[in-house]
This record gives sequence, C-alpha cells and structure tokens, in this order.
Amino acid sequence: MVAQDAHAHSAPQGFIRKYIFSLDHKVIGLQYFFLALTAVFVGMFLSLLMRIHMIWPGVSLPLVGEIKPETYLSLLTMHGTIMVFFVLTTAPQGGFGNYVLPIQIGAPDMAFPVLNMLSFWTTFVGFVVIIAAFFVSGGAPLHGWTGYPPLSALQSAGPGEGLGADLWITSIAIFCVASLMGALNFITTTLDLRAKGMTMMRMPLTVWSWFITAILGLLAFGVLLSAGILLLMDRNLGTSFYVPLVVVNGQVLGHKGGSPLLWQHLFWFFGHPEVYIAILPGMGVASQVLSTLARKPIFGYKAMVYAMLGIGFLGFMVWGHHMFMSGMSPYSAFAFSILTMCIGVPSAIKTFNWLGTLYKGRIRFHTPMLYAIGFVSLFVSGGLSGPFLAQPVLDIQLHDTYFVVGHFHLIMGVAAIFGIFAATYYWFPKMFGRMMNETLGRIHFFITLAGTYAIFMPMHYLGMAGQTRRYSQFTEVAYQAKLIPLQTFITVAAIITISAQIIFVINLFWSMFKGPKASDNPWEATTLEWTTTTPPPHDNFGGVTPVVYHGPYEYGVPGAPRDFVMQNDPATVSAH
Amino acid sequence: MADATLQHDTVQHGVPGAYEAPLFGAYSKKVGMWLFLASDSLTFGALLFAFSYNRLYTIPWPTPFHAESIANATIMTACLLSSSLTMVMAVFAAQRGDRAWTRNWLLATMVFGTAFIVLHGMEWSKLIGEGLTIPGFPKPPSAATGELADISKNVPQFPATFFGLTAMHMLHVTIGVIYLGVVAFRKWFLPILGVLWIAGYLLIPADNVFHYGIHALLLGLIVGAVILYLKPKDYDAHDVEVSGLYWHFVDLVWMFIFPLVYLMSTKIQ
Ligand code: HEM
Ligand SMILES: [Cu+2]
Repeated sequence: MVAQDAHAHSAPQGFIRKYIFSLDHKVIGLQYFFLALTAVFVGMFLSLLMRIHMIWPGVSLPLVGEIKPETYLSLLTMHGTIMVFFVLTTAPQGGFGNYVLPIQIGAPDMAFPVLNMLSFWTTFVGFVVIIAAFFVSGGAPLHGWTGYPPLSALQSAGPGEGLGADLWITSIAIFCVASLMGALNFITTTLDLRAKGMTMMRMPLTVWSWFITAILGLLAFGVLLSAGILLLMDRNLGTSFYVPLVVVNGQVLGHKGGSPLLWQHLFWFFGHPEVYIAILPGMGVASQVLSTLARKPIFGYKAMVYAMLGIGFLGFMVWGHHMFMSGMSPYSAFAFSILTMCIGVPSAIKTFNWLGTLYKGRIRFHTPMLYAIGFVSLFVSGGLSGPFLAQPVLDIQLHDTYFVVGHFHLIMGVAAIFGIFAATYYWFPKMFGRMMNETLGRIHFFITLAGTYAIFMPMHYLGMAGQTRRYSQFTEVAYQAKLIPLQTFITVAAIITISAQIIFVINLFWSMFKGPKASDNPWEATTLEWTTTTPPPHDNFGGVTPVVYHGPYEYGVPGAPRDFVMQNDPATVSAH
Repeated sequence: MADATLQHDTVQHGVPGAYEAPLFGAYSKKVGMWLFLASDSLTFGALLFAFSYNRLYTIPWPTPFHAESIANATIMTACLLSSSLTMVMAVFAAQRGDRAWTRNWLLATMVFGTAFIVLHGMEWSKLIGEGLTIPGFPKPPSAATGELADISKNVPQFPATFFGLTAMHMLHVTIGVIYLGVVAFRKWFLPILGVLWIAGYLLIPADNVFHYGIHALLLGLIVGAVILYLKPKDYDAHDVEVSGLYWHFVDLVWMFIFPLVYLMSTKIQ
C-alpha cells in the first residue's frame, strides 16, 4: 500500500545521496549544525567589529577599513539577524532536534524525510541570500533585525536600503518557509512515530521542548511571512501598508496613509514567540543534562511540561510589550504588562525545578553539566530584568537602551548558546563516536561564563545611564563620555570571550578525529538514543523498533541493579 | 499499488513497526496537511489583520463595488462551492477504488477552480482598466479617470489590500489546481502546464499584470517536476483525501475574503 520509498531502510549509496542530499535525519541534523556553526562565527565576527568601532571609532581595520556610522548599522542588522535566525533557530531545533528527536522517541526517521531535506536546503539558500546582502551595491541593510518601517520600507532611506534590504527580506521569507516545513515535520513525527510505550508523558523533556518549539514556529513564521510579503510590496510595488506620507530631503515620496505600527504588530506577534523558539530547546537540554548528571529524576516532570506549554501559550499574547513606546493606549499596555509578568510564573517553576533537581544530587561535573548549570544561571540573570522591562512606566526610561541589549543577550542570546554548547558536549559522543576533551571543555566553559557576564552585566548600567542602543559614535556625545571606561571594559571582555571560542573549535574538530572512542552510553543516561550503537545505524535501531517501559528520568532507582533504568529496560519494575 | 483503496488499519504511518496509536488515528500525511493549513491560516490571518487594521483607521473606507462586480464575485463563489462538492465526490470515488471517477471528479474540480481564476482575472483586469491600481502595476494609474482612479490616488490602502488579499488567494487556488492536476494525471499534467504557461505569456498583453502573473505556472511546473522526480509513485486515496483538505481550505478562505473585501465594500446608494 503506502510503501513510502523514503522509508525503505537500506542505507543510501554514493557520496551525494549520503552526505549532500541525504534523507537521513541524522545527516540533516549535522548539516544544520555545521550551517549554524558557520553562521555563529560570522555573527561573532560582526559583533567584534562593532565593539571595536564603539571604542575606537576612527580606527582602520584590516579587511574592512574604517567603519562609518552607517556601516555600524549594517553590522548590527546582520549580526542580529544571523544570530537570531541562522544560529538560535537553526542549531537547537534544526540541528539537535533533527538528530535526536526521532531517536529519542524510537522512530527510524522523521515523518517526512524528503520535506526534511528540502527544509535544510531552503534554510541554506536563505543563508546564502542574506550573506549576499554584504556584497551588493549599498551593502547590507541598516534597519536592525526588527526591520521597522519606514526605514526598511523605503528604497531611498539610506545606503543598504536598496538591494541589500530586498535580499534581507527575501532571506527572511525563505527562512520562514523552511522553518514551516521543519515545524510541520517535527510535530507530525512526535505525534505519529512514537514507539510502543512512549506515551506523551514518557517523552524526554527535550522532545517536549522541540515539540512545543515546533508548534510555536508553525504559528509564528506564517505571520512573519505575510508581514515580509507586504514589506516587499511596499518597497517594490509602491503600496503603502507601512508607510505614511513621507518627506525625504524636502521631497514628498509617493506613499500615503500606511502605518508603521502595523508592521510592529505583525513582527512582534512573530517576534516574541521567536525568543521562545530560541530558548525552549535550551530548556529541554538543560533539564535532560541536569537530571542525567545529577543522577536524580527531574524534579516535577509534569510541572516542567505544563510550564513549557504555558510559556508557549502565553508567548503569543504578550507581543505588545515591545510597543509600549509607540503610543499604545495605557489600557492595552496594562494588559500586555500583566500578561508578560504572568510568564514569570512558569519560568520560575522551571527554575526552581532545575534547582530542585540539583538539590542533594550526586552531581558529576562533566562539561555538559557545567553548561547546563550555566544555562540556568544566565536564564535567571537575564530573566530578572524582564519584569522591569514589562512595566510600561519603567520601559519609558529603558526602551531602546543598553539595558535591553543586556537583557536579551543574557536570556535569549547567550543562554540559548549555552544550551547549544551543553547539547554539543552531551551528544557529541553519540554523533561522532568519540568523547570531547574535558579539560579544554572546562577551560572553555569558565572563560565563556565569566566573559559573558563581563560583557552583558555592565550593559544594564550603561542603559540606566542613558546609553542608547543602535548608536555608533557615542564617544562624541558629551553626556556619555563618562561611560567610556565601562565601554572599553566590555570591548576587552568581548575580545577575550570571542577569542576563547577558538578553544571550542579546536576541541570540536580535534575530538571528532582524535578523541577517545566513546561507549554506547558514556553518561549512563536512560533515554533511547543511548540504547543504540554509537554512532546510530541508518535506521537508528538496526531494524527493530524499541519498546518503552519507563519514564525518561529514572535515576537512583532503589533496588535496581544499576543506579538508573533505561527507558526500554523490560526487566526492572518501574519505580514511578 | 494498482488500486487506490483505503486501508486505514493496515497502514497508519507508512512505516512498518510497532508504534503508539497516532492522534485521532490520522496517518502522517493527513496530520502534516492539517498542520500546514494551521500555519497557512495564520498567514492569511496576518493579511486579514492588515486589511482590517487599514480599514479601521482609514475613514471613510471607500465602498465602490457595483452590482456587476458583486454578481461576478457571486458566480466565482458558486464556482468554488461547486468545486468543493466535486472534490468530495472525488474523495468518495477514490475511497471506493474507482480510479476513472476519481480522475473525472478531480478534473471537474480543476475546471471549476480554473473558472474561478479566469473570472477573477477578468475582474481584476476590468478594475485595473477603470483605474483601481497600485503603482507597481504595469499600467500607470494615470491611464484612467473616474471613481476607482480617485480611490487609488486618495486611499491607496484600498487597492493594496484588495489586490494583496485576492492575489494571495488566487495563488493558492492556482497551486490547488496544479496540485490536483499532479494527483490526477501525474507527469502527463506537466506538458499541459507548460503549454498553458507559454500560451498565456504570449497571448496576454504586456500591460496586463497576468502577463507576469502567469509565471506562477512555470513555478508550479518546476516544483511539480521536482516532486514527481522525488516521489515517482501512483497517488492513492490518502493522497486524494489530503489534496481535498487543501482544496476545502482554500475554498474556506474565500468565504472570509468574499464578504470582507467585496460585500462590505458594496456601493451604498
Ligand atoms: C559574542 C558575543 C556577542 C557580542 C559581543 C554582541 C554584541 C552586540 C552588539 C555590540 C550589539 C549592538 C547593540 C546596539 O548598538 O544596539 C548587538 C546587537 C544584537 N545582538 Fe549581539 N552580541 C553577541 C552575541 C549575540 C548572540 C549570541 C545573539 C543571539 C540572539 C545576539 C543577538 C543580537 C541581537 C538580536 C541584536 C540586536 C540587533 C538590532 O538591534 O537589530 N548577539 N550585539
Ligand atoms: Cu517579547
């Protein structure tokens, strides 16, 4: 009957079918991972240029020359966009989700392998298109990752707002399509391909997090796609969805009657869920690693699931907190403010459950564990400034200052990056069959953790002192002169932290080829990916479908022969 | 594989093995289509939001559509409704295993869909000729005078939302017709598409938007060819049912657009 050819599980032959246009979710996961790795280095390099320019505005850099104020805006636009879309949305979900989710639920592959392949290659095209924006005449766009009109809607608004901005929007639209394909695949796989006994409430929290992330993606990216299409129409067909009557250099442009606020609504209806798309997989990984390496069941599994569902649900109702300063009615602002602070509740539940998991655990401080703890730390540090920003009154002062930059880098940016690091160190043995070096891992961790706090904590003070965001030459502004030492400190910290990432790269590639061989279950974990060989065979379980008898976090089980019970272990009676 | 009967119990996933029962007993392809429709309704939802947003703060919102336009749009609506009926018949035929009638009903659905597109295209051309345009269209807005031309000049939101929404919907109907064509006729449908594309491009004058819009067919041709290359198989009752879901959805979207864009902009005497 429906003999799906893609599921015929003979391994594909030939280099191209095996590594380039592969249908195997594991290969596709690695492709996503390496794409994100490339993107993160581009993004980091751009941030380095920005930081250097802030302190030494006139300095001429090798390769790039002197950075002009508009170049600074291009750098920050591309930095933000690449980081948010091609790193934080790509690596945790497309990369690790793709690789691990099917194995963790006992499936041989994704539900739609062809769609999976298309989704990766579409993402790849999106990346190429956005990088191309650097090289067209006028250069990369200036409008920030949020792309607010009228700046983003007018061809004549500045250098980079010509072809560069068109490429930027096109890239985002392509990315939306790719993410929709991916999201659809993740949800269907989770719903339909769980092995016998893998009930929803026995799924590892990582699976839950990818599943919920996919739902958010499915609902959010469609809206951004529409918003982007309308923006393209404004730019190229002369419509005025987002543009009111504009006068540039004394010249009246042909637009009339549109509203920039429409874009803000559509963008942030996508944008706020997007930050959860970035962070939820990190939460899943943190839960997984904390429980495994503290040798304790996760504290409050069901609470964790409901908290994630709650965060996802509320995430769609708070977009207005990005718009307090755009003339919003105080009543709406009040509603958005209350709803935003409601998200603090499930977030706090998760935080306390992570701490509860660690409490009295027999903690094994392997590198993934360090990163998982670092994730919790950053999540708390970044999260605490959230309720401040959620106050419309305080936001008048803090909006568009470095306070916001510090806040979102801690909670969304680097916390999610720590989730990716935790996932990399944790699943590397399964993916490449070798262990990563622990010493290098620890050095990398401590420099990165300290560096992150050194960069982003002082930004809160800068913001309170009135340093505005997206501002290139503050050294020439009198009232900000006193902030120069702090800014210099941040730049030095950034240079050190970014350099330290070389340790990670060396560790990654060295271990890939020279690391000690990994056993099938080096962390003594319980979930299904550790029951199969390392690296897993083409169909994940060598022709059998596992049967699941236990929940995902049965550590320290009394009476069990070992201190943990694998999910597919039929012999031991479930303690839970 | 020869007959297209539906065997719900033997194959749920298309993957052999022992699995948890899927949600609502739906097989993967169906779940996938439902999910796509969920996201697509958000895509349309955003456009409808943009429309409503503009409409609410633009006072007064023009209401130029004559009885003639409404009559035309009503016929279009009837086409789509009938096509949903024939689609249901196609699904029934497929579930019976009746390949000939599956194909006939699908063809009927495609004919109704095409009639919708052609009527819609003529309506567009007429409105554009009377001056309802956006600046990016090939015919300059100054080419016409009259009420619609004034609207285009004074309330550019009106033509922008009208053409934006209906173009997106027309694109969906076009994709739907191609989709059904591929399901019903597989690779035999591609040359037909190619001929239609070239003929359309040559016959439609260059100052008409559809001279450019016709390239959607080329795109459909390429995508269809890729999909047929990747999945060179007969389509079965599942596939017909899934394509039906898509078709009904496109139909449903029109049931929002028709009242919002047409009926609520009828000329008030
Ligand atoms: C190596 C560490 C990083 C450094 C030193 C850094 C630095 C910066 C700087 C200087 C800005 C410009 C602030 C302004 O002028 O307004 C910025 C903006 C931004 N960064 Fe980072 N960043 C880093 C990592 C990340 C990561 C991991 C993300 C992932 C989310 C990220 C996302 C963003 C976003 C979204 C913006 C806003 C861009 C905009 O205003 O449109 N950054 N970053
Ligand atoms: Cu938000």
